[in-house]
Amino acid sequence: MTHFLSQVPTYLPILMQGVYLTLLVTLGAFVLATALGLVWAFMRVSGIAPLAWTARTIIVIVRGIPGIVTLFYIYFVLPDLGLSLTAVQAAIIGLGIAYSPYMAEVFRSGIEAIDRGQTEAALSIGMGWGLLMRRVVLPQAIRVALPPYGSTMVMLLKDSSLASTITVAELSLQGKLLASSTFENTTIFTMVALIYLAMSLPLTAFNGWLERRLRQAR
Amino acid sequence: MSIIELRNIRKSFGTVEVIHDVSFSVEKGEVVCIIGPSGSGKSTLLRCINGLETYQGGSIAVHGQRVDTGSSAIRQLRTRVAMVFQRFNLFPHRTALENVAEGPIFVKKEPREEVLKRSRDLLTRVGLGAKIDAYPAQLSGGQQQRVAIARALGMKPDAILFDEPTSALDPELVGEVLAVMRSLADEGMTMVVVTHEMGFAREVADRVLFLDGGVLVEEGPPDEVLSRPQNPRTQDFLRRILPS
Ligand SMILES: Nc1ncnc2c1ncn2[C@@H]1O[C@H](COP(=O)(O)OP(=O)(O)O)[C@@H](O)[C@H]1O
Ligand SMILES: [Mg+2]
Repeated sequence: MTHFLSQVPTYLPILMQGVYLTLLVTLGAFVLATALGLVWAFMRVSGIAPLAWTARTIIVIVRGIPGIVTLFYIYFVLPDLGLSLTAVQAAIIGLGIAYSPYMAEVFRSGIEAIDRGQTEAALSIGMGWGLLMRRVVLPQAIRVALPPYGSTMVMLLKDSSLASTITVAELSLQGKLLASSTFENTTIFTMVALIYLAMSLPLTAFNGWLERRLRQAR
Repeated sequence: MSIIELRNIRKSFGTVEVIHDVSFSVEKGEVVCIIGPSGSGKSTLLRCINGLETYQGGSIAVHGQRVDTGSSAIRQLRTRVAMVFQRFNLFPHRTALENVAEGPIFVKKEPREEVLKRSRDLLTRVGLGAKIDAYPAQLSGGQQQRVAIARALGMKPDAILFDEPTSALDPELVGEVLAVMRSLADEGMTMVVVTHEMGFAREVADRVLFLDGGVLVEEGPPDEVLSRPQNPRTQDFLRRILPS
């Protein structure tokens, strides 16, 4: 234990460089997955058959491919097609795409949880699709979707370690490199685990708090 | 010109026709009550008038303008014929005042302050002046339905369609909603009311329509249709629902 504590100051700065990339990849992928997920979800509930069908197909395909393969594809295959990305860019785009179906399902279940009577009331006062979504459906859907949305972020934070497979020296890879050069496996991987927990536990706690708040609010 | 005119309406869900050749019209200031057994097509008929459902045959006109769910005019038309639902369908994330003001501000783009003032007046008029900032979940069913009526009035509609407005209410709350509707009728609002409240129909309606199995079986002044029904199906229905 004393050994562990005495080593922390030495290794922490190096691991923090990994934390920076972990957060960058997580946030970037989260934003992209949210945007794509919203697009898929809106296409699915649009009531326009070709759009709904296209979104469903995309979701099935993306879901059926392991995230790690999506990353490989974007990082190693796209350059052959003339589009090269940095490892971090590829990680953000790959994880963003890989996570978009989960986001889409989160949003869609939120939207579909809204009572049909709400839509009818909105239409009956002359609202069009845009107002209906913006003023009636989305504000209510957010309450339903927020808790699973938060859990998805925690999952994404952990899965950002997949970026290590395409050479992004995020926290897990940084730890592995450090461990293999120092042989301080126990100390370093304990630190890595604790740092992941330090990031995910507050998020989880925040989600729980949000969920309780939303349940109380009407 | 009639405010609402239905000519030979036919409506099917899939291959099942649920409205068979129904025609009637509603004049300005008239209160028309539609009665009939559950499943006879009363809600469907109202929903067709408001363009919430398509219909396959005949024509519906509001102020002479054809109700066509596919046309871009449908939204404008819906602002002129308001609807009050059995289950209120208030927006749960908005206060009573916001529920009433939503349509005028965001759909009709009327000046905000003016709308808010009018909405407060409307809520006061339905007896909810003290509940302006309450959320629907904080209101009783009867209060919610009165907010819904105020929301309909906020649109300054030419007519209001009521689909069993008191059927979801506890018996002791029915009276307060009927009282508001009665006062609207007295002020000359054009109303089409689907209801099982025979007392209301008898006292307030100018005309009663009896719908059965998607067919308009009988139609006339309330004391004729309710007291001396001619058609055996009407007689049978009334015998079943009226305590003798
Ligand atoms: N969305 C729908 N899809 C299929 N059938 C429906 C739908 N809505 C109503 N119906 C059918 O149409 C008929 C009339 O229903 P409705 O208008 O709700 O009757 P009422 O309001 O008089 O009880 C019923 O047989 C009902 O089952
Ligand atoms: Mg009905």
